[in-house]
Amino acid sequence: MAESEVLRAPHVIEYTYTRSTGPVIGAFLTGLRDGKILGATTPQGRVVVPPTEYDPITSEEVGELVEVGPSGVVTTWSWAQTPQKDQPLERPFAWALVQLDGADTAMLHVVDAAGPEAMSSGMRVTARWRPAAERIGHIKDIECFVAEGSA
Amino acid sequence: MSEPVTMLATPIRIEYEFTAGLAQSRYLKGIAEGRFLGQRCPQCQKVYVPPRGSCPTDGVPTTDEVVLGNTGIVTTYCVVNVPFQGQSIEIPYICAQILLDGANIAFMGLIQEVPTAEIRMGMRVEAVWVDKKDLGPTMASVKYFRPSGEPDAAYETFSEYL
Repeated sequence: MAESEVLRAPHVIEYTYTRSTGPVIGAFLTGLRDGKILGATTPQGRVVVPPTEYDPITSEEVGELVEVGPSGVVTTWSWAQTPQKDQPLERPFAWALVQLDGADTAMLHVVDAAGPEAMSSGMRVTARWRPAAERIGHIKDIECFVAEGSA
Repeated sequence: MSEPVTMLATPIRIEYEFTAGLAQSRYLKGIAEGRFLGQRCPQCQKVYVPPRGSCPTDGVPTTDEVVLGNTGIVTTYCVVNVPFQGQSIEIPYICAQILLDGANIAFMGLIQEVPTAEIRMGMRVEAVWVDKKDLGPTMASVKYFRPSGEPDAAYETFSEYL
């Protein structure tokens, strides 16, 4: 039988999960809705962003939530030349780890840039927020990051 | 300010393009013609349905195609009484392992036209297909199986397949 006689068909799997956020991620998402990025302070004084309920290194409970950013440094990045459906931007963009000012960890988000030549590790970026009325308490309340000074 | 965020919708959707492969494509084309096609292992002579293109015991391609019967034996079964999201069949219904005549492996099928209290191991059943004009390369072409009216099969004839 020839290859062309092999049958193909679309096969879609879909789950409509709703998760409870817990107190820390809930506060982080509430902060995003209010236009603030929050991190968790660990007993050693490190600031983890996005915040976790426990210190990822010592497993101790985290303390107070503090505001960080909205600017920071791209630590690493990867260029997405062909965005897929439901990805944050419809045009080519960079996936990037952004270490926000005041944070000791980097957070995964996207950078809207003209092309890979406009990206570099160490570049300064700042958050571009969705309009307040459109923010719902979701990581996409930050539309993307952009090079600092271009926003 | 409004209420704090406590819940988060995280829908997951994965869109695959499923490729049936050579053996299953042959099988599905058989289904579109209203018949079950199996494949025989050249070494152990066992007939697999639906065929996967190779023998899981001997690891060799199953090249011989075999047309199987429209009838078979219920080897084991389960009466489904529990409703669940997305259920398309009215409960209670019977889900059974069916050993088609000529096959050496059972497959799963829906049993209808029999009270759930009367289903039993060894019951002879036959496939009920959709109207000829509605046949297609999909398992939806087989509506269900129902009792064929033949005498039950002796336990020894299918005990190997449980």
